[in-house]
Amino acid sequence: MEQFIFGRLGWDDIAIFDVFRDPTASNIVGSSAGWLAVIGGVITLALLLIRGWWKPLLFDWLNTTDHKKIGIMYIVVGLVMFARGVAEGVVMRSQYATAYQGGYLTPDHFSELFSTHGTIMIFFVLMPFLIGFMNLLVPLQIGARDVAFPRLNQISLGFTIVGAMLLMISLVVGQFATGGWTGYPPYTGVAFQPGTGPDYWIWSLGLSGIGSLLTGLNFAVTIYKMRCPGMTFLRMPIFVWTALCTSILLVFALPPLTAVIIMQALDRYLDFHFFTNDLGGNMMNFANLFWMFGHPEVYILILPAFGLYSEFTAIFSGKRIYGYMSLVIATMAIAVLSFTVWLHHFFTMGQSPTINVAFGIATMLIAIPTGVKVYVWIATLWGGRIRMRTPIIYLAGFIFYFSVGGYTGILLANPTINFTVHNSQFVVAHFHNVLLPGTLFAVLASIYVWFPKFFGFRLDERWSAATAWLFIIGFTFAFMPLYIVGLMGMPRRSPAFDDPAYVPYMIVTMGGALCVLTALGCLIGTFVVSARRREALAVPGGDPWDGRTLEWATPAPVPAWNYAFIPQVHGPDAFAAEKAHGTAYAIDCPSYEDIELSPTSWIGLTIIVFGTALGFAMVFWIWWLAILSALAILIHAIGLGFLRDKEEIVPAQVVEATERAWLDGARQGPLTDRRDEVTSQNRGYAARIPEA
Amino acid sequence: MSTSTATANSHPGLNLGPSHGEAHEQAETVVFGFWVFLMSDLVTFVMFFATYAISIQATAGGPGNADIVDIASIGMQTGALLISSLLFGIATVTMKHGSTPRRVIGWLLASLVFGLCFLGLEVRDFIDAAEKGAVPMRSGYLSAYWALVGLHGLHVTVGSIMILVVCAQIAIFGFAADVKTRVLRLGLYWHFLDIIWIGIFSIVFLPGILT
Repeated sequence: MEQFIFGRLGWDDIAIFDVFRDPTASNIVGSSAGWLAVIGGVITLALLLIRGWWKPLLFDWLNTTDHKKIGIMYIVVGLVMFARGVAEGVVMRSQYATAYQGGYLTPDHFSELFSTHGTIMIFFVLMPFLIGFMNLLVPLQIGARDVAFPRLNQISLGFTIVGAMLLMISLVVGQFATGGWTGYPPYTGVAFQPGTGPDYWIWSLGLSGIGSLLTGLNFAVTIYKMRCPGMTFLRMPIFVWTALCTSILLVFALPPLTAVIIMQALDRYLDFHFFTNDLGGNMMNFANLFWMFGHPEVYILILPAFGLYSEFTAIFSGKRIYGYMSLVIATMAIAVLSFTVWLHHFFTMGQSPTINVAFGIATMLIAIPTGVKVYVWIATLWGGRIRMRTPIIYLAGFIFYFSVGGYTGILLANPTINFTVHNSQFVVAHFHNVLLPGTLFAVLASIYVWFPKFFGFRLDERWSAATAWLFIIGFTFAFMPLYIVGLMGMPRRSPAFDDPAYVPYMIVTMGGALCVLTALGCLIGTFVVSARRREALAVPGGDPWDGRTLEWATPAPVPAWNYAFIPQVHGPDAFAAEKAHGTAYAIDCPSYEDIELSPTSWIGLTIIVFGTALGFAMVFWIWWLAILSALAILIHAIGLGFLRDKEEIVPAQVVEATERAWLDGARQGPLTDRRDEVTSQNRGYAARIPEA
Repeated sequence: MSTSTATANSHPGLNLGPSHGEAHEQAETVVFGFWVFLMSDLVTFVMFFATYAISIQATAGGPGNADIVDIASIGMQTGALLISSLLFGIATVTMKHGSTPRRVIGWLLASLVFGLCFLGLEVRDFIDAAEKGAVPMRSGYLSAYWALVGLHGLHVTVGSIMILVVCAQIAIFGFAADVKTRVLRLGLYWHFLDIIWIGIFSIVFLPGILT
């Protein structure tokens, strides 16, 4: 009976009690993390109840289908998980600093750390960040009022949160996988890991993968079908192009992940033999299927970041993007090529040299369109009126370090070199070197650029710039030494080492990790300080940086209906053109109309609650709970077809009042000169500067 | 949905025309989205096909392809599935030409009956295979076989449930615009499963028959 109710869940699985059972250093660290999650959860819950915040949380956020709020929620999820991912990174670095013939963590704990760190950073930090920005920007940039399927969008967010919740729960109950973020069997099979770890991996990735797939579908359709009149493909902002390519990649690359996770689940739960050692299992097939997803995933993570860089490089150079067409072609080329290179993730796993060479060449080919992009950004800066704001600091770090990461990528693409350095710290250095400057810096810079758009006030310049410098310096010291120790032969994923020559490098990387931790603190400080000074930093005009694309032609924060009128576009960089012709803020429409908003829905919350329950129940074999949760989701989903949506109408008067207040703001005050954009004179109405 | 820049006509697989007003306009985004979903689902199937293809030798001394294929049953399953698709097609055509909801529901239920025949036969085959010891736990080959054929069967099951759901919606709401496009999308899904079945027939069953 007890087994029926609790499955294989027992008191021993409560990881936060480990510290009382056996107070070793490793358990203290592990349990503290669990306690932090529990205490954080309790404090959040208490605040929600005591301050009454649960009401807006439920009725303004969790049931909304507004793409802007959904985008913000994605980014908040990303930030929370980012804090955990950085903390894990610092713990791992501290292990390495002491790892000469020892270290204070048990090997199993260390393996769990690098597995969760990778899983979190890729699936629950970078992806939510980028999908968050796609949500925030794509509908606005193409002049639409929402995405094609607003409710589906909420469902996607729900599944992403489910995955993140399962990872947080794994801190407290049971153990996460120790097989790395790629989870290669047979090590992750039942024979070697009968526990909960790989099952947590299966369900957190599997369920959040559904969300990502639906996001891809939603944005592909949005971009194909919802563009405003005149917004032809070649007038779309670069970010929309990259979002389109990412959506296409999501639609085609997520199915292999789904397939491989279904097979792995069948192996573990029903004793199938897809990837086992015996009875005809084939673990190479796992590597192939996984990386058929995994490599396009790399470009899912980098393409929107390229788009963000393109957008704000143009803005802060006061100049339109150089080589628009070549950027579009390069983006598309990368998207196509990304499906042809997956094998370079396992050159050493025994296929013939001919195959390795083919994939090596395909990999090197990707350097061409990527190189084109780097030159395009440099050429955009060239001759521009560059304003040295925070985004340009990140951009400088990006261009320099991303090039280094790209070169080491070409080294790794050569199978002969790859055989020497594979599975070493060199590889760790390489992918951090592309993902941090490539994606993370783009996201942090973009938070600075677009935060005022959605919250109505700018972020404090000094704190933002300090954060940027700290991230760049911290990154340098944390990861550059790894190239050297990698070439010296230090393996990755090993909890200890025997060569004293690594020690000084490990101390330096430890310092770098602490610097990144400080940068994270500084980032949080930026939000706090800016929120306190929000009166002085307010930019109700919504165009604090002299933006070029349509989203800047709205008040800040953007009203729920985005545009009082669906814009008509006559060329690229529509808002910049309007400002140049003096037609911006000049629209005076005789009649405003009622606007219908996308209706609210509770399906997202159902998915968050029952999806998490489903995943948890499957991990611990609590079959009754799993069946009930799945039924709850299915019944709600089918029920949606029978419920008629309640229409939510914004009356014309409200639209008119908001629009007129915004237009009057532009006509009354002096427009802000670019020299004053980080002073309190900046009210979000930018004075025009002549094209450079 | 009115902000689309594309011209509002012609979706392959879409039977409605401009005379169906709102439904036709809605179909623009919704049906396109469904095509994207089908493409994605097709890739999932491709992964299982590929896994099956590389597992043919991996029988680990257990039953192989020739031991589990019952040609008569496969023939009947194929027939049932294709007739079911035909009936679904007739349902959508009658809906286009202004038939009554009752009659369209009748065609849809007839389609469902043949779908269920297919499922019944398939389950019988699976039970037969299990009795011969050809369970998925036996070998890598059998895992791939059960997963691929089973995945298709699971899709047919979901489709069958959705036919009932759509019939209920027609009964309650009549031919509301969203119900109409839902019938069309379900039709696309139902025909899509035929195509997958043809793939399974050619790659899984035909070689077994030939040997």
